[in-house]
Amino acid sequence: MMQVVPIPPFELFYEQHRSEVLGLLRRRLGAERAEDAFQETFLRALQAYRRLEHGDHLRAWVLTIARNVAVDTLRRTRPQQELHETAAGAHDDPPAYEELAELTDGLPPKERAAVVLRYGYDLAYDQIAAALGSSEDAARQATSTGVRRLRRRITP
Amino acid sequence: MTVSPDLDRRFREAAHALGLVDLGYDVVESPVGDLLVAASDRGLASIWYDPDPERDLERLARIAGPRVLRSPRSVDVTRRELDEYFAGRRRVFDLALDLRALPPFTVSVLRELARVPYGETTTYGALAASVGKPRAARAVGTVMNRNRIPIVLPCHRVVGASGDLVGYAGGLERKIRLLELEGASIV
Repeated sequence: MMQVVPIPPFELFYEQHRSEVLGLLRRRLGAERAEDAFQETFLRALQAYRRLEHGDHLRAWVLTIARNVAVDTLRRTRPQQELHETAAGAHDDPPAYEELAELTDGLPPKERAAVVLRYGYDLAYDQIAAALGSSEDAARQATSTGVRRLRRRITP
Repeated sequence: MTVSPDLDRRFREAAHALGLVDLGYDVVESPVGDLLVAASDRGLASIWYDPDPERDLERLARIAGPRVLRSPRSVDVTRRELDEYFAGRRRVFDLALDLRALPPFTVSVLRELARVPYGETTTYGALAASVGKPRAARAVGTVMNRNRIPIVLPCHRVVGASGDLVGYAGGLERKIRLLELEGASIV
């Protein structure tokens, strides 16, 4: 018979993963916005915790929630502000484009490039279009399709 | 990446305020040692002597579910009433209790126990009789021994038929301390 991993009390789960979640969010969002996203992540986890059926893969689970929250936050705010806060808040962390490269690994090449250029390098759509050798509309389209695909992929 | 105490506190407060915690707990200092106090939205669920998070968190999760979180706000009312009790300023606790997951016999005994007045004692046999089971003194003793809300549910006020203190899950010294605080006569 398969051994079912019991669900730990939330306190233990929280203590075990909070540092890593905060680290991820700071790299994606900068120090300031990471704090709200941190709360949001663990509140979402707490809300869903009651519906868990076993304690398997809880680390992957909470990191997925955190990435989701980060994507939501990025979507709500302007890229320019993002880059500024990231640069000001988290100098020790890898730059945004590195994080994005990891996050977008597996997207179709054009979409991946568009997303990384837009959110990792903060390029405007005409610059992305130039880089991709496409029209501005096509660049915009590739970026939003890529983001939608990412969201679908990381939503549990 | 260290989570600052301020961020940590804000998360715990938000979780409590949003009603997302099954049982919130905190450690409360008292003259009989640190107490691990836990409460749900239904009321006070447990008070344990000699807190030991590793053991206690699992026990708490068995009471009301896995969403157990340290949350000082959850036990604010209990903390205040315990402080008043230990300062000699409170004789009756005015706290809702969460007795879920306890068998019916246990609940009926605990309800009777709650009526034993401050500073007085009763016996295991008398308590058994008061729930209509005069021969169940031993079973009542077991309920006292497992009482998960001591002090507020005053199992320290229950003594043997001859007046000897018999025992106390938190240790006899604490039983004596509590009875002395209440000015009860001890044999």
